[in-house]
Amino acid sequence: MIPGMRNVLAALAKRAALALPVVWAVVTLVFLLIHIVPGDPIRNALGDNATSAQVDELKRQLGFDRPLHQQYANYWRGLLRGDLGASLINPSERVLDRILSRYPATLELAFAGLFVALLIAVPLGVTAGRNKGSLIDNAASVVALLGISLPGFVLGPLLIYVFALKFNLFPVSGRYGPEYLILPAVTLGAALSAVLTRMIRSSVIEELGEDYVRTARAKGLGENAVIYKHVLKNGLIPVVTVLGLQFGVLLAGAIITETIFSWPGLGRLTVDAINARDYPMVQGCILMIALTYIFANLATDFAYRLLDPRIKVE
Amino acid sequence: MNRLGIIGLIIITVFFLVALAAPMLAPYDPRTQLPTDNNLPTSTRLQPTRSNPFGLDDLGRDVLSRVIYGARISMRVGVTVVSISAFIGLVIGAISGFYGGWIDRFFAGFLFNVFMSFPSLLLAIAMVAFLGPSLGNLILALSVIGWVGYARLVRGQVLKVREFDFVTAARALGAADLRLIVRHILPNAIQPLIVQASLGMAGAVLSEASLSFLGLGVPPPTPSWGAMLNDARSYLSVAPHLLLFPGLAVMLTVMAFNFVGDGLREWLDPKQKR
Repeated sequence: MIPGMRNVLAALAKRAALALPVVWAVVTLVFLLIHIVPGDPIRNALGDNATSAQVDELKRQLGFDRPLHQQYANYWRGLLRGDLGASLINPSERVLDRILSRYPATLELAFAGLFVALLIAVPLGVTAGRNKGSLIDNAASVVALLGISLPGFVLGPLLIYVFALKFNLFPVSGRYGPEYLILPAVTLGAALSAVLTRMIRSSVIEELGEDYVRTARAKGLGENAVIYKHVLKNGLIPVVTVLGLQFGVLLAGAIITETIFSWPGLGRLTVDAINARDYPMVQGCILMIALTYIFANLATDFAYRLLDPRIKVE
Repeated sequence: MNRLGIIGLIIITVFFLVALAAPMLAPYDPRTQLPTDNNLPTSTRLQPTRSNPFGLDDLGRDVLSRVIYGARISMRVGVTVVSISAFIGLVIGAISGFYGGWIDRFFAGFLFNVFMSFPSLLLAIAMVAFLGPSLGNLILALSVIGWVGYARLVRGQVLKVREFDFVTAARALGAADLRLIVRHILPNAIQPLIVQASLGMAGAVLSEASLSFLGLGVPPPTPSWGAMLNDARSYLSVAPHLLLFPGLAVMLTVMAFNFVGDGLREWLDPKQKR
């Protein structure tokens, strides 16, 4: 085992243990959601045409006639067995199965969005940082500000109008091949690219003032090698620390992006379930997204501890 | 303040005035369907004209009037949400930072983390989805996700300030906790709070539009930029102007609040100058 590895592992175990009470609270909040519905959620879902016998029957089936603490215990029991309950609209359908069938599409979109963001932000941020105060730097700042202010629900339809309807370069919506991924990924990644551009820029400016840069230059290393081999390696660390947080923004943004592009992922499932008042399905989707986010943050912690040995293991 | 900050301030002032004076500025009632010639193809029927410079929407309502009235919802939601969440954040952050100990461990070590373990928009979507769409629920949901940012900020400032000599001196003179917090500690947390509030306005306007876009905002026919953008999607090929005007309105507002936030940050804390 690499020396120090044990320390890192211990720190990670501690960090993961700290996440447990948060997971408990998140599950509890999600469980409680259905109880804040004004009126009768089962009646809402079945509609006015259902008889009260039908409503009562479904309640009994789903356990909604039991006292709250029993429902809570049952929710946990189900969860630990990997059961998120049944759809209200179609009781033969398990919520988890439906979610798992949609999950890959959302991950694909989120990672593609992240990729697009880095593809724009790294070169733009580095160029702006090396040429601080120049025309390029100012242009990059303006682009970044526009990116932050341009919401996905404006950018997405705009991209569809220009690239799908006017120039016919990409399909309008759906998920039937790699070309379908481009516009949604750009829509999702644009705001993040703006945030990252600003971060990389200031990070590069800071690192360029460090001694090791002078050393690298003094030993005759070319400027590109200095930037891409040394500066960027250190300059990306603060970026990695926010990637977990930003992944959550991507997951939430996916709800909107998937709606715009009819992308068959978790976000679209959430919106469809909300419109159908399929409450257990909505609860399942929200829980799944929140847990993914918690996991992404843990993974980020892990990654930057590995990347930067200077970070103290507490 | 820097130039962008001033530009932002001007844009915000204009939007606030537009929101306030909407009934005087809007050429038509935003809910009224204007008579149109149904024999014309949709693309020409909805086109911007001299009497309807932003065109008509699919139901024949004047888009300019709807964009003007939409500013009301955005500004109202923004101001209310930021006020409520900043107040809650101020109280909780001050208590958590000032008393420390188990109180701080509960708030900062647990509660903040719970709220931050939902992507913020997701929690708002969840709450409105279960409570039902209305202006009140929208404001409630956005405040519930909003307060944590302010609370963390205030807590950090309080932790820093409470160790200063003037606080010890005031305490030695017999000042009560409440007086210490309100008179001596909080004034030092106000500046970053103002910056955060400006950026928070950008966030609240954006979140309101996002929720309205998903059909989780103020119910129709009340005009909201987000809902207008959602309606626009079905007519993208024949009436792209339906996307353009509310889109520009959201973008300008969000950008202006970001400008002001950044500008204020530099102005109040020259050390942070980029």
